[in-house]
Amino acid sequence: MTMNALPSLRDRLALPVRDIPRSGIRDFFDIVSTMRDVISLGIGEPDFDTPWHVRESTVFAIERGATHYTSNLGYLELRQALAGYVQKKFGVGYNPDNEVLVTVGVSEALDLALRAILNPGDEVLYHEPCYVSYRAVILFAHGVPLAVETRAEDKFRLTRAMLEAQVTPRTKVLMLNFPNNPTGAVMSRQDLEEIAAFARERDLLVITDEIYAELSYDGPHDSIASLPGMRERTLFLHGFSKAWAMTGYRLGYACGPAEWIDAMMKIHQYTMLCASSLGQKAAIEALAKPDADISTMVDEYRRRRNFLVASFAEMGLACSRPAGAFYAFPNIAKFGLTAKEFALKLLEEERVAVVPGTAFGACGEGFVRCAYATNLEQIKEAMKRLQRFIKRLA
Amino acid sequence: MEELLKILQKNACADHADIAKQLGISLAEVEQKIADYEKRGVIRGYQAVLNEDALNLDTVTAVIEVKVTPERGGGFNRIADRLSRFPEVRSAYLMSGAYDLLLFVEGSNLRSVAAFVSEKLSTVDGVISTSTHFMLKTYKRLGVLMETSHDDERLTISP
Repeated sequence: MTMNALPSLRDRLALPVRDIPRSGIRDFFDIVSTMRDVISLGIGEPDFDTPWHVRESTVFAIERGATHYTSNLGYLELRQALAGYVQKKFGVGYNPDNEVLVTVGVSEALDLALRAILNPGDEVLYHEPCYVSYRAVILFAHGVPLAVETRAEDKFRLTRAMLEAQVTPRTKVLMLNFPNNPTGAVMSRQDLEEIAAFARERDLLVITDEIYAELSYDGPHDSIASLPGMRERTLFLHGFSKAWAMTGYRLGYACGPAEWIDAMMKIHQYTMLCASSLGQKAAIEALAKPDADISTMVDEYRRRRNFLVASFAEMGLACSRPAGAFYAFPNIAKFGLTAKEFALKLLEEERVAVVPGTAFGACGEGFVRCAYATNLEQIKEAMKRLQRFIKRLA
Repeated sequence: MEELLKILQKNACADHADIAKQLGISLAEVEQKIADYEKRGVIRGYQAVLNEDALNLDTVTAVIEVKVTPERGGGFNRIADRLSRFPEVRSAYLMSGAYDLLLFVEGSNLRSVAAFVSEKLSTVDGVISTSTHFMLKTYKRLGVLMETSHDDERLTISP
């Protein structure tokens, strides 16, 4: 605190901001970053380098001077490429002129989506454990978060019954994220049909964050936007961070009904203007040969997933088999420690960093998130240490 | 290509038990598959990828373009096989375009490579002409960059 800080400033902060705690991940990062020789299974981004042709094209974009504002919606060439990719990969058609918005990551898209749709007091259904920002962005948009708890025994899938138990007449939006961070859960087409029927019957809008779509290991990914009667009520969010390992580029996009996209664009143009021109040029290049870029990484993630799940089984750690993203969410409740205590003790005694499940919602208690976006040698060493650790606890 | 081969091509030293866990098959199956590949000659050997420049060896490597007269019946195979058997030839390829065979030839010094070209290579029946280029520096071999410092730029914990 500086000497001349106003003593009452905290009381003048906006309430939704003041009352939200910092991300549990941030607190944990502060501890881990003071330690040396830590093997981190706590990193929520790919360990692969961004494909070289994408990076090289970014250099070229600088050289030829693509360093100015772009259209608020994003370069038309990129929106056209995105519409083509989404049509081909997800089976949903969008008009690049008015149904696609390029954003600063899915994070911005999600913020815009909620601000464009929520009036104070409108409720948003979402499922926990979930990405750390969901609850916060709903509150920042003056919405009311309604968390639905998914469970390990259901493989962390969402069911209609769970939603029915929480929905009220004030519920306006349903937010989905599959493949899921932190559980690695996926939803089959059949699972999604049940949710879609619920959304249609309750006349809910749907926001679906499918940032991990390409990282599906046991079968093709299905988008709820592609189900009958869903396109007109669904906002599809995606980006380049995970499948293309482009986290630092901060490039995402939203596809949806023109009215929703237009409302989001208004906020975007007054607050962000446009996503980075260089990121957009890189994204155009990334879409040139997506399958070649992604398949090698997907194969590697799948092998690591298999390795991790087999290792957990060997040491008697219960873990719902993750089928997407790059996270496993084993159950550590039997050791009589809270998730946070377990993670801290593991870090102190064995120098392995995992994230307490509670960072992803209260129902994450009893679980820790292990990311396998780390090379196999490190994973192997981490499993050795983890095994030693739980042997001592047992 | 089968996933097992991809793993071995990237790291021939990969632990077989680890491979089994990654592929969801038993260790015995992995060993059996590898033995089969070796027996069938699909796996021809296992070598370390060396950064030879870092060893300060005095050896030189030349890339030699060779024009040859193909033979009725055997085409380029007989002569390519004959040239490949010289231990100085590290790699040999049949090429499309302005020449026929591309050889990577290693020698202890410039003179020994020159002697190989003039005394051995050029005198082989069917060789019409050669064009020799000496390598100056290796940046990448077998898909491996020779100079990288790969620090992980990522935050140690992220959402």
